[in-house]
Amino acid sequence: MAPRKTASKPASTANVSKDELLAYYKDMLLIRRFEEKAGQLYGMGLIGGFCHLYIGQEAVVVGLEAAAKEGDKRVTSYRDHGHMLACGMDPNGVMAELTGREGGYSKGKGGSMHMFSKEKHFYGGHGIVGAQVPIGAGLAFSDKYKGNDNVTFAYFGDGAANQGQVAETYNMAEIWDLPVIFVIENNQYAMGTSTQRSTKSPSYWERGAAYGIEGEEVDGMDVLAVKEAGERAVAHCRAGKGPYILEVKTYRYRGHSMSDPAKYRTREEVQKMREERDPIEAVRSILLTGGHASEEDLKAIDKDIKAVVNESAEFAKTSPEPALEELWTDIYADEIPPHSA
Amino acid sequence: MATELLMPALSPTMEEGTLAKWLVKEGDTVSAGDIIAEIETDKATMEFEAVDEGIVGKILVAEGTEGVKVNEVIAILVEEGESADDVAAPAPAAAAPAAAEAPASTPAKAAAPVAVVSKASPDFPEGTKMKTQTVREALRDAMSEEMRRDENVFLMGEEVAEYQGAYKISQGMLDEFGSKRVIDTPITEHGFAGIATGAAFGGLKPIVEFMTFNFAMQAIDHLINSAAKTLYMSGGQMGAPMVFRGPNGAAARVGAQHSQDYAAWYAQIPGLKVVMPYSAADYKGLMKTAIRDPNPVIFLENEILYGKSFEVPDLEDFTIPFGKARIWREGTDVTIVSFGIGMTYALEAADKLAEEGISAEVIDLRTLRPIDYDTVLASVMKTNRCVTVEEGWPVGSIGNHISATIMQRAFDYLDAPVINCAGKDVPMPYAANLEKLALVTTDDVVAACKEVTYR
Repeated sequence: MAPRKTASKPASTANVSKDELLAYYKDMLLIRRFEEKAGQLYGMGLIGGFCHLYIGQEAVVVGLEAAAKEGDKRVTSYRDHGHMLACGMDPNGVMAELTGREGGYSKGKGGSMHMFSKEKHFYGGHGIVGAQVPIGAGLAFSDKYKGNDNVTFAYFGDGAANQGQVAETYNMAEIWDLPVIFVIENNQYAMGTSTQRSTKSPSYWERGAAYGIEGEEVDGMDVLAVKEAGERAVAHCRAGKGPYILEVKTYRYRGHSMSDPAKYRTREEVQKMREERDPIEAVRSILLTGGHASEEDLKAIDKDIKAVVNESAEFAKTSPEPALEELWTDIYADEIPPHSA
Repeated sequence: MATELLMPALSPTMEEGTLAKWLVKEGDTVSAGDIIAEIETDKATMEFEAVDEGIVGKILVAEGTEGVKVNEVIAILVEEGESADDVAAPAPAAAAPAAAEAPASTPAKAAAPVAVVSKASPDFPEGTKMKTQTVREALRDAMSEEMRRDENVFLMGEEVAEYQGAYKISQGMLDEFGSKRVIDTPITEHGFAGIATGAAFGGLKPIVEFMTFNFAMQAIDHLINSAAKTLYMSGGQMGAPMVFRGPNGAAARVGAQHSQDYAAWYAQIPGLKVVMPYSAADYKGLMKTAIRDPNPVIFLENEILYGKSFEVPDLEDFTIPFGKARIWREGTDVTIVSFGIGMTYALEAADKLAEEGISAEVIDLRTLRPIDYDTVLASVMKTNRCVTVEEGWPVGSIGNHISATIMQRAFDYLDAPVINCAGKDVPMPYAANLEKLALVTTDDVVAACKEVTYR
């Protein structure tokens, strides 16, 4: 029987400083407001194609980024805007990629689902469900090979957790002791299919036991709980003990993508989650009741964030479309002529 | 009743082997299942068991003999009281049933034979010291040299380390480089292709061996969606400098799921480079280039060619650039364009055609992405006729693409429609005669060349 832990308890606020709480609040709020703005721009026709919003899941990336250090890597699926903002990527570059402009992280050639930042160690932005999981293990492989103590966060959803390549990756990550944290963002719906309908064993983290991988379940609406679990996972990986699984129970308020009317769940279900479990409201309440911040302080923060988001939208609208020559660049690292040339 | 013991075939492509050691001597009694000899193929040393009981009457092939053909009589088992000398000289071994061959149409030769004009390799100076190597050895040397040169290069795949390679390509590499750099994987192509791609994003230079490219279909999403497209999707920020390699195409009698040529599939993908060499020198020089290339490279090998020997330049560091075809034969009447194992048929056909007075120019594309169009077009402008040869299926083939390019860029030079010789449009059958029929043959190429030259 592989060693494993039981689900973590609700986090205590005792050892959390005011500055940390304010930072989590700001980081989560930035994601929320950014995503709301992206939704608006989509409605205005400025963003095309698929656009998957992260609203409701903010505590997951913000909590885990709080447990990371410089050099750690992250890779995720197509629902990637939150991850990019949380690891410090520039909101202007992200928003301009959504609008397909030259100033975007991929010069407009990637779009919402495909952005990367070498500088911030963000490795995408992958559109094929589950593909980022072995890629994440491979990033961890590269760090282990080089002999440093970096870890990789490989984020995926409850839908991807059923993918065959995830099982294959668990197996190899454990036999090779790869420093990778498998973060299952269980938002309860794989597009329109609830976890109850897609699996008989909805406790995804427990599957790690079959491969000898330790893990735990975390309340993903509680940023402090996520951070604490992230610290345990990171300590495990940095100590050379191999991979770790975090199943983070979360909830997405919006549809799977902008074109999803979300008829597979009730309006009441979503409303109840927003009212009772919202991760940003939770920190706001701690800040206020703990006397760490006043309503005025938080209003000022809201205003600052709104300004950042508005600026990103402005940049994304005014950044020019990529030059037509860009069609033919970045296909090969050594720029061999493409077929038509 | 004496029993003949025949040289066994120990792999699908084995034609001959070395009788390494006899474990019995004349006069010994053996039972079924006893190990009586050790036989060495180019891949492995295998034990040979007696399938019958009897007394070893006569050993006909001494131990240490190399090049013993499959089905040659190597010893005779006799019964109690019988002498091997009583046994008549062994009749020629019964070969596998010969495939029914269509009668070759060889009309009376009208023309006098033309000389075969071999062209020197453009990849190294004339007079370079050469050594004879198999494709297998050339590949191993190429990988080992590059791993000595760059510590970020590593090899990963099924049975590459402790087993020394399913086809013995990586023989000795675990000993030299250790288990950190020569890594056995579980049989999970999808997963390890993704892990290798991630490792490439992380700054390493993986070489991924697929036991065969048939199994890479389990992993093809990572080859295309993850490895080939990321440089573009990231606006040039990060890509996957890596090599996916392994045998591709038909081996011999391994059936439909293990006999497919993926050349045209991969050659279609922008972001990939695709290499499919024929000679050992090309395997070596192109593999070294592939490992150094900053892009994902699909390196399509061939099991039948692994054991084939060629002259390889004896140089410390020998590389061949991508996108340069090699002209093997110069000719004036027809251009034959091929690559990989197709070159076997192309060159044989050129020899046969020469006897009949048709001078064929033979071009080995060597890399399929990028393709050296210029060499092909220049040749077609000279010969005015073209035949393409490949083992893969005919629909959407490399030959189709070459034909279209010639049509667009050299239409006025053509004196006949281009003919594509390809594998038949069927899954690969198992039966020996049907398999032979399904593959492209030298006769197909000869016939096509005659058709385009109106002979």
